[in-house]
Amino acid sequence: MSGAPPPLIEARGLTVEAPGETPRRRLLDGVDLAVPAGGRLVVMGPNGAGKTVLLRALHGLVPHGGTLLWRGRPAPPGPRRGQALVFQRPVLLRRSVLANLRFALAAAGAPRRVRTPRAEAALGEAGLLHLAHRPAAVLSGGEAQRVALVRALLAAPDLLLLDEPTASLDPEATRAVEALLARAAAAGTALVLVTQDPGQARRLGGEGAILRRGRIAARGPVAALPVGGAWGPLDDGGPAGLGAAP
Amino acid sequence: MWEITVEAIRLIARGDAEVLEIAALSLRVTAASVLASCAIGMPLGAAVGAFAFPGRRAATAALSALMGLPPVVVGLAVYLLLSASGPLHWLDILYSPAAMVLAQTLLVTPLVAALTREVVAGRAAEYRDLFASLRAGPLLRLRALLLDARGALATVALAGFGRAIAEVGAVIVVGGNIAHHTRVMTTAIALETSKGELELALALGLILLGISLGVNAAVMLLRGPSGALAA
Repeated sequence: MSGAPPPLIEARGLTVEAPGETPRRRLLDGVDLAVPAGGRLVVMGPNGAGKTVLLRALHGLVPHGGTLLWRGRPAPPGPRRGQALVFQRPVLLRRSVLANLRFALAAAGAPRRVRTPRAEAALGEAGLLHLAHRPAAVLSGGEAQRVALVRALLAAPDLLLLDEPTASLDPEATRAVEALLARAAAAGTALVLVTQDPGQARRLGGEGAILRRGRIAARGPVAALPVGGAWGPLDDGGPAGLGAAP
Repeated sequence: MWEITVEAIRLIARGDAEVLEIAALSLRVTAASVLASCAIGMPLGAAVGAFAFPGRRAATAALSALMGLPPVVVGLAVYLLLSASGPLHWLDILYSPAAMVLAQTLLVTPLVAALTREVVAGRAAEYRDLFASLRAGPLLRLRALLLDARGALATVALAGFGRAIAEVGAVIVVGGNIAHHTRVMTTAIALETSKGELELALALGLILLGISLGVNAAVMLLRGPSGALAA
């Protein structure tokens, strides 16, 4: 028996069915993947391939079949402690940025007296302290996504799941978000990033997987994957255009 | 008619003691009942709007149905509860402002709860994944939803105020319309009109109309141009 630690998260034959559909339709159909502690996995693929569903299943937001191991043990139902998810469209409460962060700390069980200093420190480290008292509703898309990212990192998650966090951002905002991701990765946070941006995939590096029709169609180091938009038409319905997973 | 109107305006302008006393009691009773209704109805409506539980649809339907409770029937029910043979007779508050507050609270709470449910349900859906992802507990979720909807909830409270202050059926049954004790604007208007004292009735009616218009204007302002229950 090897003494190697188990992957931080591991899926074996992961399936997710579309809710309320008859006949049953699989949105994820037997996905196998593993992310070690501190590792990076970039997931790409056409629209409708199941990328968002995969993140939601890994996080525990949707019921799934197959086996999902979290820290080497069957994942408990519901979102797991030690994980955080950044949505494609940042969802912020209608209050100040600081209050949004304090809410996340309250949800994580942080004592009231430490919430404000911790939230301010996190904003300061991200270069966003000037936004602390601004209503979240007036933030630009890039600012809102960075705040959402800071909020996700507040509880120092071991695994950060990101659903196309820069999909609608301009290059400058994208760079700012990627800088935050790089800091998180350098601090040892494992990342699973869904992206449609091949450049971003290469910049983040690590392992990559291409998802098609709910299955892993190709996998390997991001640098070796055909990530130049070669996975076929934007909507998943055409020919694969990629070799099967090894 | 013209003389009556002029005299009614004079009563208001010179600050007639009786008019002021009746108007003040109306406002006190209404404010107390709206506060109680908000304290009960807002968390209740938010919970129905935010959480999935067996019977949620029935609870939603019940809240909507109870919005249309006939005031006189509520008054009768409270009367029966508080009367000498009722289960709450020991409170000894029948024919007092406290009984009027209780009756109005029962009338207004379903309205507040139903409107709060409407406000919160949309937001709860928007925040569902976020709350789940952050592992926020039910009380934290409820508090966040109510705080987020505070602008819309102010209009809900004003709508409750409008219903309570214009109500006559319940308060006349449980309050008894006793001079200097439980006489409020609506019951006084009914009494003075029946006595032919139209000046006082009209003076009180004008004040009531002014308050109602003011409350409705505040609701419209808070709702914004779209008329929606926005935050």
